[in-house]
Amino acid sequence: MKPRDLGDLALRNLREAVLRNSLTTLGVAVGVASLVAMLSLGVGLQQLAAKRLSQSGLFDSVFVTSRMNLRGMGRNATPSPADKPPRLLDEDARQEISRLPNVVEVYPQVRFFSEVRYDGKPFATMVAGMPESSKSSGSFDGMQGSFFSGPAAYETILQSEFAKELNPQTSTLIGKELVLRYAERQSIPPNPADSSAAASSSSSSSSESLPGGFSVVPKEMRLRIIGVVDTEPAAGFGGYGNGRLLIPLQVAMILHAAQINDLRDIVRGTSSAPTFASLTVRAKGPAYVEALEASIKDMGFGAFSLLDASKSLRIFFSVFDLLLGIFGSLALAVATLGIINTLVMAILERRREIGILKALGAADGDVKQLFFVEAGVMGLLGGILGAFLGWLIGRALTFGTNVYLHRQNLPGVDISSVPWWLVLGAITFAIIVSLAAGLYPASRAARLNPVEALRYE
Amino acid sequence: MPNPEPAIRLEHISRHYTMGDAVIRAVDDVSFEVPSGEFLALLGSSGSGKSTLLNLIAGLDLPTSGSVVVHGQDLSKVSSLELARYRRQTVGMVFQSFNLLPRMTLEENVELPLRLAEVDRSDRAARVREALERVGLDKRVGHRPSELSGGEQQRAAIARALVNRPKLLLADEPTGNLDSATGESILTLLREIQKNPGMTIVMVTHERPLAERFADRLAVMGDGKLLSNGAPR
Repeated sequence: MKPRDLGDLALRNLREAVLRNSLTTLGVAVGVASLVAMLSLGVGLQQLAAKRLSQSGLFDSVFVTSRMNLRGMGRNATPSPADKPPRLLDEDARQEISRLPNVVEVYPQVRFFSEVRYDGKPFATMVAGMPESSKSSGSFDGMQGSFFSGPAAYETILQSEFAKELNPQTSTLIGKELVLRYAERQSIPPNPADSSAAASSSSSSSSESLPGGFSVVPKEMRLRIIGVVDTEPAAGFGGYGNGRLLIPLQVAMILHAAQINDLRDIVRGTSSAPTFASLTVRAKGPAYVEALEASIKDMGFGAFSLLDASKSLRIFFSVFDLLLGIFGSLALAVATLGIINTLVMAILERRREIGILKALGAADGDVKQLFFVEAGVMGLLGGILGAFLGWLIGRALTFGTNVYLHRQNLPGVDISSVPWWLVLGAITFAIIVSLAAGLYPASRAARLNPVEALRYE
Repeated sequence: MPNPEPAIRLEHISRHYTMGDAVIRAVDDVSFEVPSGEFLALLGSSGSGKSTLLNLIAGLDLPTSGSVVVHGQDLSKVSSLELARYRRQTVGMVFQSFNLLPRMTLEENVELPLRLAEVDRSDRAARVREALERVGLDKRVGHRPSELSGGEQQRAAIARALVNRPKLLLADEPTGNLDSATGESILTLLREIQKNPGMTIVMVTHERPLAERFADRLAVMGDGKLLSNGAPR
């Protein structure tokens, strides 16, 4: 039989027992709805977690340090033959890294210890310079106040935990000023007398002249508080600590504040040019991080990313989704029994009709296909309805959760998500399950003896 | 001059059923031939095996032994798929209880064999109309079987049996559910259909007078065996 005729006959048969077939289809819909609702929760929670983590900027970034930082710090000081010679992390290196493929931006980590004076009281904290691009990272979504008015504005955004130390009513801080006290690094040119003294008293290294040093001078500046943020846009890594007072990166750089690497550089006398403690390299996405990390290591720098943590997160949510999917599928399994029951009943009722069809020349395959199509149509309709119901359940759960969170004075979240692949997957799954359920009834109908079927009253 | 190939040739055909330890010989070693274009009436009392024999010729059932050869095709040696094609293309069947599908209109019932034979949609309407005109029901195309009389339903069943232009029309008690006048009109119709060149009709009936009036030959069955086979007196 041609597919169109098969479809016509199947739809006609389904219309004949409209109540029973509707109830069976509804059963499939409930099964699919439970599956979609469960998986939408899994996907929603995964997206929520991924969004929170990506807001920290940790998963699409590679943190670059000079490999020199690590020598003599418990690591093997003898480089392996495959290792490139260690390089300085200076402006040249920054430019070179920024030319690598799939790099969005490269900016230095500027973090320094400071004392904040507010309302006459001192508070110790870590200052972090934030690049202009962090505005669109999502880290500052939902913040109180606003982002920096410009890349060189003398403004600050406080991390909420630190802001609470200044004043528990954080919203009252916005618009106020604070004083930032920090240690400024001031360069000292090389002293020729020191060089000659070293030459006369030393041996082989006497030919190298020592570079100049720097002095540390206390400085202070006034900053206007323009925002308070709940997230941690400058979360700590590599021992640099959480930045809890955020200022524009450009401002942080021109302060020439003494950083953790300055003492090391002056002792090693590596170069008179300023170097960076570390660079943050932002990739186009987490997928590019691994290759980027390898390229940077090849260039002779130390590179570090949270790729493994990201992988663990994905594994966790895959297992979580699988479990939710199994629980969600239980209802669909029950619906499968409903389809089998409906089709077996249909065989009993339509026994004579099957006999007539066979007498008129229907092959076993035609009869089988007819029942298959009927099962498939119930699966398709149940799948479509179920995907919609599942989406509705997800929305209802999100609504209920947000009502609860608002009562707890917590911000709302979207805990369910029904992406297009979930809708298509659920409908396809419903059809496959329905066809599988139709397998036994269809082959039973096809095997009916036409003579006996024609005798059936 | 050799005899032309008969439309139907039954060679030592038997159909036995087992019920527990008992063997029921519904058809027992029956052999005869039906020439092409003949109207054969199979007579016999209930349980004589005439309907079983008709089902074997229709390819709805398979013999326990022996062979059924229809237009040179041995039905006991073909696959179930070929048997379905044989029922679709070579045979038209008419039943005592009409066996029209109640939820379909007359037109849809008659179209059903064309759907199974995968005839193009564009050709179907004309073929259905032609078949219904032949049985005088072309004005009732949109009616459902329940809206027709018994005679009309049997005519519709005949139209459905003829729509695929078969060479063999098998009728199982076609007048069994009809009054005598209507039954006679149905047999008149079958006789007209038989006038088509090459159309062979085998009719199972227990109404001997009607069979004698309309059939070319009578084959009488009893206890699964062929008791007599010859022209009506």
